[in-house]
Amino acid sequence: MTQLQRTPLREFHAARGARLVDFAGWEMPVQYRSILEEHRAVRRAAGLFDVSHMGEVDVSGPGAAAFLNRLVTNDVARLFPGRVLYSPMCFPDGGVVDDLLVYQRAADNFFLCVNAGNLARDLDWIRKQAAGHDVMVADRSAETALLALQGPRAAAILQELTTTDLSGIGYYHFATGEIAGVPCVLSRTGYTGEDGFELYHAARYAVRLAETLLAAGAPHGLELAGLGARDSLRLEAGYPLYGHELSPAFSPLAAGLGWTVKLDKGCDFIGRDSLVAEKRCGSPRRVVYFRTGDRRILRPESPVLNASGAAVGQVLSGTLSPILQEAIGSALVETAAAAAPLAVGVRGVTVALQLVRPPFVPLGRT
Amino acid sequence: MSSVPADLRYAKSHEWVRPEPDGTVTIGITDYAQNSLGDITYVQSPKVGAVLAAGAVFGVVESVKAASDLYAPVAGTVVAVNPALDGAPETVNREPYGAGWMLRLKPAVPAAAGALLDASAYGALLS
Repeated sequence: MTQLQRTPLREFHAARGARLVDFAGWEMPVQYRSILEEHRAVRRAAGLFDVSHMGEVDVSGPGAAAFLNRLVTNDVARLFPGRVLYSPMCFPDGGVVDDLLVYQRAADNFFLCVNAGNLARDLDWIRKQAAGHDVMVADRSAETALLALQGPRAAAILQELTTTDLSGIGYYHFATGEIAGVPCVLSRTGYTGEDGFELYHAARYAVRLAETLLAAGAPHGLELAGLGARDSLRLEAGYPLYGHELSPAFSPLAAGLGWTVKLDKGCDFIGRDSLVAEKRCGSPRRVVYFRTGDRRILRPESPVLNASGAAVGQVLSGTLSPILQEAIGSALVETAAAAAPLAVGVRGVTVALQLVRPPFVPLGRT
Repeated sequence: MSSVPADLRYAKSHEWVRPEPDGTVTIGITDYAQNSLGDITYVQSPKVGAVLAAGAVFGVVESVKAASDLYAPVAGTVVAVNPALDGAPETVNREPYGAGWMLRLKPAVPAAAGALLDASAYGALLS
């Protein structure tokens, strides 16, 4: 068994009662007190997440903008310094390599934030694609820590600790500044559906920054939140998670992320031909989101059945919405079957799926 | 450190049993069990009148993490289930030995609970 990787906050978590689990090869806090309570704290006030396991990759050089626009499906040409873009990155067949954030620092200077579990594979893929382009690709993951401060109180908490005017940073924009003396990238992004910031900083400052944020946030109702709450928050918001709603097996169009696939962005990109064809013919399967009106959680890989009991898909994600107090989730189903009644069997009971367009709950940010 | 009240009896499958003055027994899951499961989101209870063999599955407790079967520590007939758990299954996390009880049985054999683990034996099992 390989040694789990640790973020600089591993001891910080352990000292605060975290339940540490293996997540994508990292020893990460899944919860501190209660997943449901941490979830509600983020919707009500704020939560602090250690997401230092995420990968950061610098892409720079005269060819960087053109290279990235060929690498990802969204339109990198729309970026400008200080702007963030969400995009899938596809294989030639349209399957998804990973989903990521693209940050533009300067005309020829970008960085990417990618999923921890995909970092090694992403680096191989990106470096291979970079051949022939005038770019430098550098993995900054080991020296970079990432804290996510999320919730309606996040800006008020953070503003007490920085001279950067946070009202000047719009959603999906970022600035560089200092938080309690720690140099940070302050990115107004997140994975919860609430207002909030993702704070990139040097790993050596992680404990100091986390302690400072936690102390400043306590009077506002800030709580530490683990990956359990992060998952239920993102599902309630209707955000995809790689390995569930995104996969090499189907395209971002099938995943409902058509808005991130810019077929007419004026340059070719990896997967474009396949995605053009899929858009013309329609996706054979698609990701749907459902609620159930029932508390029984429908687990990933459970078969989705049509009215005659035939399997027409499978569950991708499932949890209990702590806000709705009912089971919600996503499934990959045959497109032709999605218009008719669908159900999932759980311990001898058939639970009908009510298909909905996420988000499942009103959000501070959508 | 999990709480193991001295006045209860325990099954290796982490249910507790409390003999009541009227001859029935109250059954729930232990503090250790609720803590291992994490946030409990659903409790599936048997019907009143159901007849359970010792060791039979009497229900399911589901958490964010997983669903687990519940086993009857003694044989008997279900005389009551906890109605509060339908709307508030998290009560099992908060008060596993109190308001989070799961069912009450009329045992098939009086004093059957005496054959179960006592607190020190169950505590030893956990350590």
